[in-house]
Amino acid sequence: MLRLLSFALFLATWWIAALFVGGAKLPPPPAVLEVMIAEASSGALFLHLGATLARVTLAFVLAMSLGSAIGYLMGRVRLADKLGDPWLILLLNLPALVVIVLAYIWAGLTEAAAIAAIAINKLPTAVVTLREGTRALDRSLDEMASVFAMPRWRAFRHVVLPQLAPYIAAAARSGLSLVWKIVLVAELLGRPNGVGFEIGVAFQLFDTPRLLAYSLTFAAVVLVIETLLVQPFEARATRWRPRAA
Amino acid sequence: MRLEVEITGKTFRSAAGGTHEVLAPVRFALQSGEVGVLIGPSGCGKSTMLRIILGLDHDFAGRVARPPEARIGMVFQEPRLLPWRSVEQNVRLAAPDVADAKLAELFKILELEAHRNHYPGELSLGLARRVALARAFAVEPDILVLDEPLASLDDALAGRLRDEIATLVASRPVMTLLVTHSLDDAVRLGDRLLFLSPRPARIVAEVPIGIPRDRRGEAEIAAIKAGLAQRTQGDRTERDVS
Repeated sequence: MLRLLSFALFLATWWIAALFVGGAKLPPPPAVLEVMIAEASSGALFLHLGATLARVTLAFVLAMSLGSAIGYLMGRVRLADKLGDPWLILLLNLPALVVIVLAYIWAGLTEAAAIAAIAINKLPTAVVTLREGTRALDRSLDEMASVFAMPRWRAFRHVVLPQLAPYIAAAARSGLSLVWKIVLVAELLGRPNGVGFEIGVAFQLFDTPRLLAYSLTFAAVVLVIETLLVQPFEARATRWRPRAA
Repeated sequence: MRLEVEITGKTFRSAAGGTHEVLAPVRFALQSGEVGVLIGPSGCGKSTMLRIILGLDHDFAGRVARPPEARIGMVFQEPRLLPWRSVEQNVRLAAPDVADAKLAELFKILELEAHRNHYPGELSLGLARRVALARAFAVEPDILVLDEPLASLDDALAGRLRDEIATLVASRPVMTLLVTHSLDDAVRLGDRLLFLSPRPARIVAEVPIGIPRDRRGEAEIAAIKAGLAQRTQGDRTERDVS
């Protein structure tokens, strides 16, 4: 209920602002909705949205799985931490634009280059978060598992993984928001489709309604995925915690 | 089966760079069916000794001979349950082969039936300790290690759990190592009492108790305690107090 009210407030503010600024710079909501419907009925909206979502999914899965594995290793093995740390600092501070441009130069304007570039941008934050999580693992529970001779996989699944779950959820959440941002840049610079490409075209034509139509649809999709996928996962991972009254 | 402990020394390096001796040479052995009790002041190195015996700490001088296939059941000082798994899952994860009937019996004895599906965060410390006991018993251990298992329980419950431990120890050939502050627990459960010195720990007296556990009535226990009290005033030579 409160969410709806907050959304209505946003629409109202937008509408009023549009009246003051004028339709060319900030079109009112109905104008944007019109473009959305037109693009949706032609199928272009879904095509571009689908292309972007596919890239996000691939890059996200790649970066999360690789990043989690590297982070866990660095948290457990001192040598891996020492070897990996300089690379981590480099990657963390490398601007996304540099990675994307270099990827396109070295690997060509290909799908693989785009996905790799997005994944590389997200990778270091996942590594850092999972490394912290691994360092914070409860040693006394490891000892318990070892005394009771739990097989490795069972101990990992029931002792280690639940402790890492909040960190994985945090990495997924911050990583997803990062990927949402970077994917559009990568598309703008070197893909012939996707929301980022469309926004680039709209920018060149100064077509604000079109720009807003794509941005807002994209934002809506992000919101839906966050509430339907990420938040339930977080809730599930922490369901054993006694709830606050 | 036999557990032989022969530690010649253990030192810790502190952050400041100095070394601290935690364990002096310590040597004892346990047979199947025997309950050894380690009694000593807190901070004397009992926990370090247990960690070495359990194979959690390899950085020591000496050797520990433990039958390699021996199953270990352990009750830690803190319950060390998995907060994200229910009571029943906690027990089953440590003892995947436990039969349903056996588990039901254990939960009944330890009065945990109502708590099967609760998470450890919802339990009192006393209940959590009982779950830890259930877990250790459920694995049907060859070596049972109990680190202050009855601390912070009320007398009635502690007494009942003590009886349960005695029953379990009698029911299978298990080597039991009990660490306790309570002379009463030691005398009621132990076959051999090992008195430890303050840090660095060494064994100052090894006292076997001759009367079998099931024939120790209140009178016998009082007599053993009186004997022990006399010893602590007098000499500390090897002598059977019973």
